[in-house]
Formats: sequence, structure tokens, C-alpha cells
Amino acid sequence: MANGVFSSSRAQISEKTLRTDKWWLQPLITFSVLVSFIIYATFRAFENGNYFVEPLISPFYSPCLSTECVQGASLLGTPFGIIHIFGMTLSPALIILIFPLGFRMTCYYYRKAYYRAFWFSPPACAVAEPKEKYTGETRFPLLFQNAHRWFFYAGLVFNVLLTVDAILAFRNPEKQWGHLSVGTLVLLANATFLWLYSLSCHTCRHTVGGRLRNFSKHPLRYKAWTLVSVLNHKHQNFAWISLFGVAFADFYVRQVATGAFTNFYFF
Amino acid sequence: MSSSLERHKYDVLVIGAGGAGLRAAVEAREAGLKVAIICKSLFGKAHTVMAEGGAAASMGNANSNDNWQVHFRDTMRGGKFLNHYRMAELHAKESPDRIWELEMWGALFDRTKEGKISQRNFGGHEYPRLAHVGDRTGLELIRTMQQRIVALQQKDARDHGDAESFIKVFAELTITDILKENGKVAGAYGYYRETGADVLFEAPAVVIATGGVGKTFKITSNSWEGTGDGHALALKAGANLKDMEFLQFHPTGMVWPPSVRGILVTESVRGEGGILTNSLGERFMFKYIPDVFKDKYADNEEEADRWYTDQDNNRRPPELLPRDEVARAINSEVKAGRGTEHGGVFLDVSKRIPADVIKKRLPSMWHQFYELAGVDITKEAMEVGPTCHYVMGGVDVEPDNAAAIGVPGLFAAGEVAGGMHGSNRLGGNSLSDLLVFGRRAGMGAAEYVKNNSANPVSQSTIDTAAARIEAPFKRTGGENPYALHQELQEVTHNLVGIIRTKSELDDAIVKIADIRRRSASVTVQGDRKFNPGFHLAFDLDNMLLVAESTAKSAVLREESRGGHTRDDFPGMNSTWRQVNHISSFDGTQVNVAKKPLPALPKELFDLFDPHELEKYMTPEEMSKGGSN
Amino acid sequence: MARKLKLRIWRGDSTSGGLKDVTVDVNEGEVVLDVIHRVQAEQMGDLAVRWNCKAGKCGSCSMEINGKPRLACMTQCASFDEDETITITPLRAFPVIKDLVTDVSFNYKKAMEIPAFEPPVGMKPGEPRMEQIDVERSQEFRKCIECFLCQNTCHVIRDHEENKKSFAGPRFFIRIAELDMHPLDILRNRKKTAQEEHGLGLCNITKCCTEVCPEHIRITDNAIIPMKERVVDQKYDPVRWLGSKIRKREGIL
Ligand SMILES: Cc1cc2nc3c(=O)[nH]c(=O)nc-3n(C[C@H](O)[C@H](O)[C@H](O)COP(=O)(O)OP(=O)(O)OC[C@H]3O[C@@H](n4cnc5c(N)ncnc54)[C@H](O)[C@@H]3O)c2cc1C
Ligand code: SF4
Ligand code: SF4
Ligand code: FES
Ligand code: FES
Repeated sequence: MANGVFSSSRAQISEKTLRTDKWWLQPLITFSVLVSFIIYATFRAFENGNYFVEPLISPFYSPCLSTECVQGASLLGTPFGIIHIFGMTLSPALIILIFPLGFRMTCYYYRKAYYRAFWFSPPACAVAEPKEKYTGETRFPLLFQNAHRWFFYAGLVFNVLLTVDAILAFRNPEKQWGHLSVGTLVLLANATFLWLYSLSCHTCRHTVGGRLRNFSKHPLRYKAWTLVSVLNHKHQNFAWISLFGVAFADFYVRQVATGAFTNFYFF
Repeated sequence: MSSSLERHKYDVLVIGAGGAGLRAAVEAREAGLKVAIICKSLFGKAHTVMAEGGAAASMGNANSNDNWQVHFRDTMRGGKFLNHYRMAELHAKESPDRIWELEMWGALFDRTKEGKISQRNFGGHEYPRLAHVGDRTGLELIRTMQQRIVALQQKDARDHGDAESFIKVFAELTITDILKENGKVAGAYGYYRETGADVLFEAPAVVIATGGVGKTFKITSNSWEGTGDGHALALKAGANLKDMEFLQFHPTGMVWPPSVRGILVTESVRGEGGILTNSLGERFMFKYIPDVFKDKYADNEEEADRWYTDQDNNRRPPELLPRDEVARAINSEVKAGRGTEHGGVFLDVSKRIPADVIKKRLPSMWHQFYELAGVDITKEAMEVGPTCHYVMGGVDVEPDNAAAIGVPGLFAAGEVAGGMHGSNRLGGNSLSDLLVFGRRAGMGAAEYVKNNSANPVSQSTIDTAAARIEAPFKRTGGENPYALHQELQEVTHNLVGIIRTKSELDDAIVKIADIRRRSASVTVQGDRKFNPGFHLAFDLDNMLLVAESTAKSAVLREESRGGHTRDDFPGMNSTWRQVNHISSFDGTQVNVAKKPLPALPKELFDLFDPHELEKYMTPEEMSKGGSN
Repeated sequence: MARKLKLRIWRGDSTSGGLKDVTVDVNEGEVVLDVIHRVQAEQMGDLAVRWNCKAGKCGSCSMEINGKPRLACMTQCASFDEDETITITPLRAFPVIKDLVTDVSFNYKKAMEIPAFEPPVGMKPGEPRMEQIDVERSQEFRKCIECFLCQNTCHVIRDHEENKKSFAGPRFFIRIAELDMHPLDILRNRKKTAQEEHGLGLCNITKCCTEVCPEHIRITDNAIIPMKERVVDQKYDPVRWLGSKIRKREGIL
């Protein structure tokens, strides 16, 4: 059955799009970058090693909550024992992964990005999508996207923890305070980007003031909303920068942990 | 044809879905009547969407000294006292209520600090008076009315089970004839643009709200709908047009590139400090300050420049003279060979206002020039020239109920009605006019319907109307409507334009008659289905009648006043102020007669300083001190 | 000055049609609508096209130019390469009537389904006091010129005819948002009906509506997503839902 732009009532045009620009480029880039990230993250999550080297901890593994965690990595204690699934030891990264993953999966921006690049729904504007049926976010599982705010709150907790990690990185490997290394900067940058990502979030914008009907009755919240709105304008950029930030922070810690890099200390 | 003819019966037929038409429809519906709204384009696209500046109403939000009397005085002055006093009075008194009412229907105007509707300054208005929404006030007005209609329809759906039981919008339908039986309105006839199929509407009352006539001219700020349909429909139905010689040429329309020629450059550009220069770089407006304005306008650049920072101790820059003065000045410069390459003059804001301020205060102008002309107005000058903007003349109506004089059951409101603006309209007075008289037309029609039952249309009337629509397809080898339209625009532009003389007007009358003769044989390509050539054939006929009325009224008026400038009679003449020109149609041609203008009643007369009135009125009028 | 421009214009009606090649003069500064008019005046007297203002203000001249939904009166010919052939078709989400004219009645039907503005009972004209910051959000949505380009681009209906009955489309999501953020509107179930009756959930926020909006209204960021969040407040957030039951008010005041 011809549907969509090929429906019988519509102007008869056989092309699924007449766009002449490189409309496929953007989804292709999104697809490639996200897939690369997923491959790297999966590898690292299962690697279960090279995530901690005093005083640096990889954001993939923080907070490290299982007794499996290496010495010194568990800031919040180890409520979980070693978990085995099908005879494999579960990496401590996987225990916490659901939160950042859920946050990004339900993020309004990433939704746009992967609906377009992975689902082709639509691949680009005014390019016919290949699928016959479409129900959007009206039913399970996509109805679940509405849980974004819970992941947002969890994300805030993670931001605090990763900020603490960055502060702890102002120490030297002997745990003495007052030092600054490249690793400190890397973790600091990572935390900053994550804050920017969270603060620019649409749920954040809604919560601080967007839900109000009359701004004039809430001058402070209006001010906050205005600020968040400015950040929100750049949410897409923060989404990508923070993604690279996390991957890079992890990569850096791994390289230091394996000894490939030495963590250079400025002082 | 007529066996399958689509027929509708309504109480009131509103032709036109601009501000005036929609307001009339709301009023008639609220009086309990069945109303059809008919428009040539889609619902919500009428020309009113283009209005930018605002709607004038003396709400006194920005300056509490404002009141209806001040607004009335400004309007009369602007119209050079040729306005029908009663219309100007009703308009000044009722516009605040009409604006406030919009707010109750969901309109969101810009606000003052106290949370009231903000009001801005505009040429000719003594106080800040224009309620506005950025520079898209017309859009707000149309959308609010459109949504009001939808609200009423939703209510009808709840109460009567059918949303369209009391108001129905017939979009993309052109009315070609107003039908009469026994000397009274009986309905209207037209065709769907989409299918080309004929439609008959039977209704005892018809409100014409079809807007302006700009497309009669080559350079205009109006959209394609401005073909004077209502003017022509009224004429042919036996109504009269009043003062058709008065056309407002806005001084600043775009002139380059050709495709955007005529598109409006808002008055605010000059208000913000734009200066006009000719190709020699002269700021020429200083040469064109008329004597009556010498004490209000600066005659040297230094003083004019100081005015922007100190308005109390300096006279205003001459760029801010009334529209007609500036338009004439630009026209003279260009005629004297000091125009730009493309036949305009330069309007420049880039030299005196910082780029970011320009972008903030004139966002849509920046956008318009950047996107359409590739000109960055923060860096370069704009090229501008006069553009046909508004017709003050129109259907001769009773002020209180907008009834067209001479045709029972016919009403007219909005730009198509005459009298309200005299010889020159003030900016912002049109949008409020639409609301005030749109409502009054709705009331008038409702009142009429109560006392007059349906007036069935006879078959012979239908047949005549149908034959007229079919005619262009039956002919072969006639002229191309596009070519004739262009020819007409050349004639009006060159001979009936902004500066007129007897010989040229006489010439124009002959040429228009010639085009009209040839237009009787236009043929169109293709079939009836959404066929623009076919549509134009009808529009053309209307524009020709309008052009004829304008040219014939213009040749008679031997003075210059507002939107009518005679090279051979440059001054304003108090005896002519007492005269309205009434155009009527005898079936073959337009005839123009003089009719005395009603005198200002004493209570309105007394609102003015006698010294001011002396400039406009004859000593006899002055000594009478107003009628009664 | 004039150069030649190659066009491929879709001509036809609901039964058949196809792209027709024409070559037409184009002058400096002309927009696509100008050359369409020239084709009309010189070569195809009956070429159907909608337009009104030719200044980007009325939203009548919506069509697809090289596959992109745009206003013909705001598309410069100079933005295309000299030797490029420009393809012009009618909107592809709506039934075609003739040539470049489509049947957009879908949109008027949807407009009818959105409950109208409701002012407070007993409020008199002239009484409302609203601050600029309170009206600004809704004002952005009222800039809409109803060109329906967003509706046309939205894949929910463009690619799925069957969704038309249950989906109001981005133009009307901004209308709902406008009213839900309107300082005077008293109708309190707009969020719920947005989700349950107007198909807000069908939107997957892929932002094509925002990309094509000639008024640069940030449809997705400023209307759809805030509405989705407001819906979550009411329907999918147990904490807020409970709070609103206890405090007997709708979350937003
Ligand atoms: C660029 C521009 C800016 C302006 N700015 C301002 C401003 O700031 N302030 C101000 O006060 N005024 C302004 N004006 C003037 C004002 O906008 C118009 O005078 C006013 O909108 C006219 O409204 P109307 O209701 O009379 O008719 P229109 O809005 O012109 O509507 C006419 C209606 O009649 C219909 N119609 C016409 N003929 C037929 C037919 N034969 N059959 C069926 N239907 C028909 C049309 O489809 C349309 O719906 C401006 C004008 C322009 C061009
Ligand atoms: S963001 Fe939503 S409404 Fe807009 S085009 Fe995409 S699916 Fe449609
Ligand atoms: S929201 Fe934008 S794209 Fe959609 S109809 Fe309005 S102006 Fe057009
Ligand atoms: S994190 Fe992207 S929208 Fe919330
Ligand atoms: S013609 Fe009005 S928007 Fe293009």
C-alpha cells in the first residue's frame, strides 16, 4: 500500500525526496560517532580494569560500588558484592551505567539524533521514512521517554560525584592536597561539561521556571529560567562536548593506569 | 450549468475576511444570524496580515492626556478636513473598546510597565497611540478575529451539533456579482477558485469588506487581492464611490530589485533617524518644507540632528513631514534627474545608528532588505521611492450603520468604504477603522435583516451572472489578461500617479476606456480549475472601473489636497473642501458628480482652535461656526 | 542582466501529473515566486500557484523547492547555482489540487479541534494587566503566519496518512502551548488533551518543523518540549501528580 508521500491523493512524484543537498551527511556523522562511542564504552565497561590510578578515577566507573572494585576506587563504600551473570563477573561499571545511559537515551536532543540516524524516522527533513507504521512516543517502550526527569535527577547526583572526583584529583598519588596534574584538568573539564549538559537540559528548564504561567510573580525563578534558556539554546553542543569529555576522561585515566601516559604534574 | 448550481441561504453575507469582514461577521453572528464569510484567498491570509505599525486608539496608556477628542482632531487634520466628521467621531470614540475587546479574545499586545497595552508614536498622532505587537500588528488582529470565529463555531458545534451551522467560511471563492431583486440586495454570485464551479448565495444583507485597490497601480505595497473588487461590485450594484481621487502613496517603498518594488519600508525607519539623500548626496528634504509647517520642521541639518536627542528645543527633521509631502519631494527629486540608478532616493540609517541598535529596533526591515535585496542596512543605504499604499476613497456609506447609500441591504466597511479618512489617512487609523466600522456594519446588517425578509433571486438574474463567468472561455483570439493588466498599471502609474495634471488625466481616461473596451474580449488558457488567468480576467474588470473612477474624479478636483496632487493646481482650496466626488456607474461608464460635504456640527467645530480651522475653511463657514 | 533559469515545475492534479521543464528569464534579485509568475504570464497561463503578499507575511506561497519546504517569495533565485535546474513541487504532505496548489483543509480542521481561548469569567474588556515577560512566550507562537510548512514537513503525517486523524501537528502544538502559557487563559486541561486528543505523543521531537519555520519560531524547544514536560507533570510524574491531588490544584499556576 502506498502510504505517506506516495499516497494516491498526493502529487505524483516517484522520488522519496527531491532534496539536492547532502541531507544524508548529518545522520551519517551522528551514526558513526555514536556507534564509535558505543563500541568504545562497551569495551571499557566490560574491561573491568584500568579505571583507577591514584588520584584519578574514570567517570565510567565512578562511583565504584562493588567489592570487585580496586583498592581506593570506592568512595561511597561497596554495597554490592561481586555479581556473576552466566558465569561472568559483572563489571562495576555496569551497575551504574544505567543512569548516565538512561539520561542520554531519554535526552530530548539525543532522541532527535538517534531517531534520525538509527531509526530513519525520519532520516532527514522531507525525506520519506522507510517504515510503514509509526506510533511515535505514544506507547511502550518509547512512552518510557517521559521518565527523562528521573534520569535528570540521577544525573545531578552523578555530577556531584564526578565533581568530587575532580576535586580529589587535586592531590598527588600520595594523597597529599594542593597538586595539579593534567589528570586534574581532564576530570575538571569533564565535570564542567557534564554540569553544562545537565543545566541546559529541557527538564531543567522546565523545572526551574518553564512550568510557571506567570513569570512576573516569581522573579527569581524567571531569572533562573532565563539563564537556563540561554544554556538550553546550546544543549546540542553540550550533549556532544560532554560525551567526548567523558570518553576522553576515561581514555586518559586508562592510559595513565596502563602506564602508556604519565600523568604530568604542574605542581 | 444552473441545474447543478450550488446554492446557499444565509442571513448575512460578508465578502472579505480581512479585519473588517471578520469583525462584521462576529457581530452579525452574535446578533443570532446565519453568516457566510467569503474570501478570495485562504482563511487568515487577507491583506490585513501585512499591517505592521499598529492600531490607533486613544486608550491613554502611554500618555494619560490622550482621549477621543484629541484623536478626532488628529484624524480630521490628517484628512485635511475632508473626512466625514461623523465617521471620524465614531472611530475616535469607539476604537479603545474595540482594541480591549480583542484582548478578551486572546490577543497579546506589547505591554507597558504597568501591564497595560503599550502604545507607540506615529506620524500625525499627537500622543503615542498605536497599540501594537512588534511590527506584526495586522497579523495579530487577523489571527485573533480568526480564532474568535473558530471559538463561535466551536460553541455552535456544542449548542447545535454543527460547527458551521451559523458561521461558515467559504475560502478561495471569488464573488463576481452582487445580486438584486426589486431594488434590494438578494445575494451574490461567484465561483470557487479551486474548481471554477459557480455558487449562488441568497441573503437579504451583504457586507462588502474587500479592502483596497493597490494592484491597479504598477508599484504598490498591496497584495494581489487589492484589485478593488468591492469598489466595483458596489458600483455595479448601484452604490456610489466617494472621493476616489484620494490615494495614499507611501513615500518609502522598496525600488530595487524589481521583484520587490513597492514593498513597504515602514515609517519607523525615518522615525528612528533615517535620512533621505539624492544621488548628489544632498539631504534634499530641507528644500521641501511647506510654509504651513515651517515653524515645526528644522531647516538646517544641525538642528534636525539635535532633535533626536532634544525634542523640546529643536524642530523636527523634515524627513518626518506627513507622508504626502515626503512622497512628493522624492518624486520631484527623481523627476529632476537626481534619483538613484533605479529611480529612487537613498534612505540611510547606517551612518547615524549603530548596527546592533538597528537590528534591535528595525528587525523586520533589516531582514527584509537582507533577504530580498541583499542589502545590509546597517552598512549601506536603502533605495526607496513612493508606492501606492491605501485608497481613501470608497463606497459611500451611512456612518452609523455602514449601509451603502442607495442600495438597501448593502453594507461596506474597512478600506473599501469611503469618508472616514478624508483626503489622507493617518498611519494606524486603518486597523482601528476596520474594527469600529466592521462591527457597525455587522450591527447594521443584523438590524436590516430583522426588518427585511429573504429576497429570492430570480432565474434570469442567475443566468446573467453565470453567463458572465462563462464568457472568457467562450471567446477565442482575444487579448491576454496579463498583458492588459500590465498596460493598465502603466497608464495609472504614469498618468494618474502621485502628481497629476489635466492633460495627463484626460489622456488616462481615454486609455482606460480603450483597455476596458479590449478587455471585453479577453480569452484565457486552460480550464476553470484553479486558473489564475481566468481569475485575473475578473479582477481586471474591477480594476478598470476603479481606475476610471479615480481618473475621472481626479480630473475634476482642481486643487491639491492629501492624496491628490495637481501640478496645475498646487494649492489647497477651501471651496473644494466642501465637495465630495461621487462616482456612479450607468452600465457603460463611470460618472462623477459633486456632493456637498456635511458641515461639522458645533460641538465638534468647537474642539478646534479657530485659527487652525481658518486654514481649511471659507470665511462663511467660519462665521457659521459649525452646523446647527 | 537577465539570465536564463532552468526550472522543473510539477504540473498536474490529483489524478496524474509530473515534472515539466521550462526555461525562463530571471533578473537580478528575483525570488522563485517572481519566475513562477513570469512562467505564468508568458508560457503557462493556467499554472496554479497560491500567493498573496510576496513579502513573507501571509504564508500562502508554501511549496517545495529542490525538495525543501519553503516560501517561494522568500527564496532568492541567486541562492542557486547558475546552471542548476530548480525543481518546484507542491507540498507533499497534503492532497494536491492542481499544479503547485494543495488542499490544506486538514489544518483548518485541526484548528477547529483546539479549544479556544477562555478568559476569566467576569473579566471586563480593558481590565487585564499582563506584564511583558508574561506574554512573551505566547507572543513568539503568535508570530505564526500559518504557512503550514511545519505541518507539511512533519514526518508523522507526511509519511503516515493514517496519523492525520489523531495528530494536530506542530502548528497546533504551538497554539496549545500559546494558550497554556497565556496569562489569562483559564482552561486547565490543555496538557491532558494535548497528549490524549491532539497526538503530542506522536511527535518524536526530530525538529523538522523548527528547521523549516520561516518565522524562526522555535517550535520544538519552546513549545513541544515544554508541553511534553507539562504533560509529564500531570500524567507521568507520580510525585507531582500526588502533590496536585493533595493541594487540589493543577501544577501550573
Ligand atoms: C504593507 C502595509 C502595511 C500597513 N500597515 C498598517 C498599519 O500599521 N496600521 C494601519 O492601521 N493600517 C495599515 N495598513 C493598511 C491596512 O492594513 C489595510 O487598509 C486593511 O488591512 C484593510 O483591511 P480590510 O479588512 O478592509 O480588507 P483586507 O484585509 O484587504 O481584506 C480583503 C478581503 O476581501 C476578500 N475579497 C476581495 N475581493 C473579493 C471578492 N471578489 N470575492 C470574495 N472575497 C474578496 C479578500 O480575499 C480578503 O479576505 C497597511 C497596509 C499595507 C499594505
Ligand atoms: S519535532 Fe515533532 S512535530 Fe516537529 S516535525 Fe518532528 S515529529 Fe513533527
Ligand atoms: S509555525 Fe512556522 S512553519 Fe508552522 S505554520 Fe507557523 S509560521 Fe509556518
Ligand atoms: S538532557 Fe537533553 S534534554 Fe534533558
Ligand atoms: S506570498 Fe505571502 S508569504 Fe509568500
